[in-house]
Amino acid sequence: MRHFLTILNQEIRMLLVNPSTYIAAVLFLAVMGFIFTGILESYNASPQEMSPATVFFQYFWLPVFFMVPLLTMKCLAEERRLGTLETLLTTPVTTTEVVLGKFGAAYFLYLLLWGSTGGFFYILNRFAGDVRFIDQGPLIGGYVFVAVSGMLFIAVGVFASSLSRNQAVAGIGAFAFLFALISGLGFVEGMAVLDLEIMQPVKAAVGYAQVFQHLDDFTRGVVDTRQLLFYVSGTVLALIFSILGVEAKLLQG
Amino acid sequence: MIARAPDATTPAIEVSHLVKAYGGVPAVNDISFTVERGEILGFLGPNGAGKSTTMRILTGYLPATGGTVRVFGVPVASRPEEVKRIIGYMPENNPLPEDMRVSEYLYYRGRLKEIPRGKLGARLDEVLELCDLTRVRHRIMGQLSKGNRQRVGIAEAILAEPPVIIMDEPTIGLDPHQILIVRDLISSLRGRMTVIISSHILPEIEMTCDRVLIINRGQVVAQGTPAALRREFIGQSRYDIELSGDLSLLPGVLQGVDPSLRIEPPAEPAPSRAMTDNAPDPATFQQIQLTTDREDDLGEPLLQALAGDRRFRLRSLTRSHPSLEDVFLVATQRSWDVVDAKAPQKR
Repeated sequence: MRHFLTILNQEIRMLLVNPSTYIAAVLFLAVMGFIFTGILESYNASPQEMSPATVFFQYFWLPVFFMVPLLTMKCLAEERRLGTLETLLTTPVTTTEVVLGKFGAAYFLYLLLWGSTGGFFYILNRFAGDVRFIDQGPLIGGYVFVAVSGMLFIAVGVFASSLSRNQAVAGIGAFAFLFALISGLGFVEGMAVLDLEIMQPVKAAVGYAQVFQHLDDFTRGVVDTRQLLFYVSGTVLALIFSILGVEAKLLQG
Repeated sequence: MIARAPDATTPAIEVSHLVKAYGGVPAVNDISFTVERGEILGFLGPNGAGKSTTMRILTGYLPATGGTVRVFGVPVASRPEEVKRIIGYMPENNPLPEDMRVSEYLYYRGRLKEIPRGKLGARLDEVLELCDLTRVRHRIMGQLSKGNRQRVGIAEAILAEPPVIIMDEPTIGLDPHQILIVRDLISSLRGRMTVIISSHILPEIEMTCDRVLIINRGQVVAQGTPAALRREFIGQSRYDIELSGDLSLLPGVLQGVDPSLRIEPPAEPAPSRAMTDNAPDPATFQQIQLTTDREDDLGEPLLQALAGDRRFRLRSLTRSHPSLEDVFLVATQRSWDVVDAKAPQKR
């Protein structure tokens, strides 16, 4: 693991000197800013039941569907297309270190982007001057949810990138996987076939894997270890598959 | 690094019965060879002969389908991590990240190759100087010229001073001046490092390499020093003379010089010669090729016999050396003949 920090350091440096990172960050903040403004306007119009933070985090899927594929599609596909994966893997570096380094850098940027939305709440607090708007529970719970679920989303994106040498394919793949994970499981839960007696365990399992349900729990302050386990084990699994994906491509040459 | 090897006399690289198949189609088919320490081996073969595949297997990047490869006695298949520490590799087409600076890139690679942080700065300066890259060290690699990119690749390969260096077509796309620099660079490694280079530029290989390995269709068709290969595949020396006079008398004179001398039937004119020699010579000088199986120089007796003979007028006499190119063509052609002869039996 001695090369992990070298690769992570390098990847983060490359992200920070790359103009596209800043363009993506500006666009991300612009979109999230519009959403936040929209939420505040609805509060202005009529009284609401939930705190602004709870509503804000319910839009987490929007950046996940678009930002995560953009952040991760490049990481392995581009290296393979350019052939730099070959030079990288002929140094004393293991595939695990490479994949973890790429994952770490993308996750770092994901956290950085989400972290910068904290500014919205700071501005609200500063200018509204009303503590009722800033309900700390949902705020902290929401960010914890973003951090924990982000691991799985980024890992899924890295996995999609390990499957192709084409960035566009990797990006679409990541979008499809994430869509299946976040929305697809909701559809599966509603399927009539799961109402059969024999399908009860499957229904229960699918019930645990509802991302929107996890979000609700986190913002209400309920941190369920089963949900943590779901994300952590999913992340580990996706990263193992990414490592296998990189190595399987080597076998085919 | 070398001290870790079982004993000091193990060859740098031992390849035995190496097989690599892509989806059942063999790219490398039962190759065996060894490279001694400090030797520079030239790897030749037509496109698709299996050169790059063999090199990738040597570096531990690709797994082999069968056979064994040992680098300083360390088997590549079971201990790739150790092998990667003692090999510097420059792949075909030399892929480089576009958006990094030269010194940044080499620093990063040095860290990956486990050069201690304290020594890396000094080593970086040394390598940049050696590869004539000092002037471009702060440039972004996407903007470098082909020659500079190529030298960055070479600098990267020798950075960690590995005992074995493998370079896949290091001189491709370079101008003659840069080729000269690269050749000197490679020659300067002689004795200290074991080097394997592949190239299509045959004079290049001939000048830098101690030994040549020619492969075709995944099989070794010839190996040895350039001189030995010449003897094996061409087997004769050739003299070009320009002469006027009655040619029917020539064989008799030649018999007097050496019985093995023969007049070659005029081959179809080489394109370059046809362009320069368009008009027939007014004094009816003719170009004649003589071949002999003798290896020692017959130039002087030949010159004396022909110049002393009043029936002939001799204008020039040169001994022509078959180039490695000729050897390459003969060797690969021969292996194709073998393959073609075998092919109908298989079906």
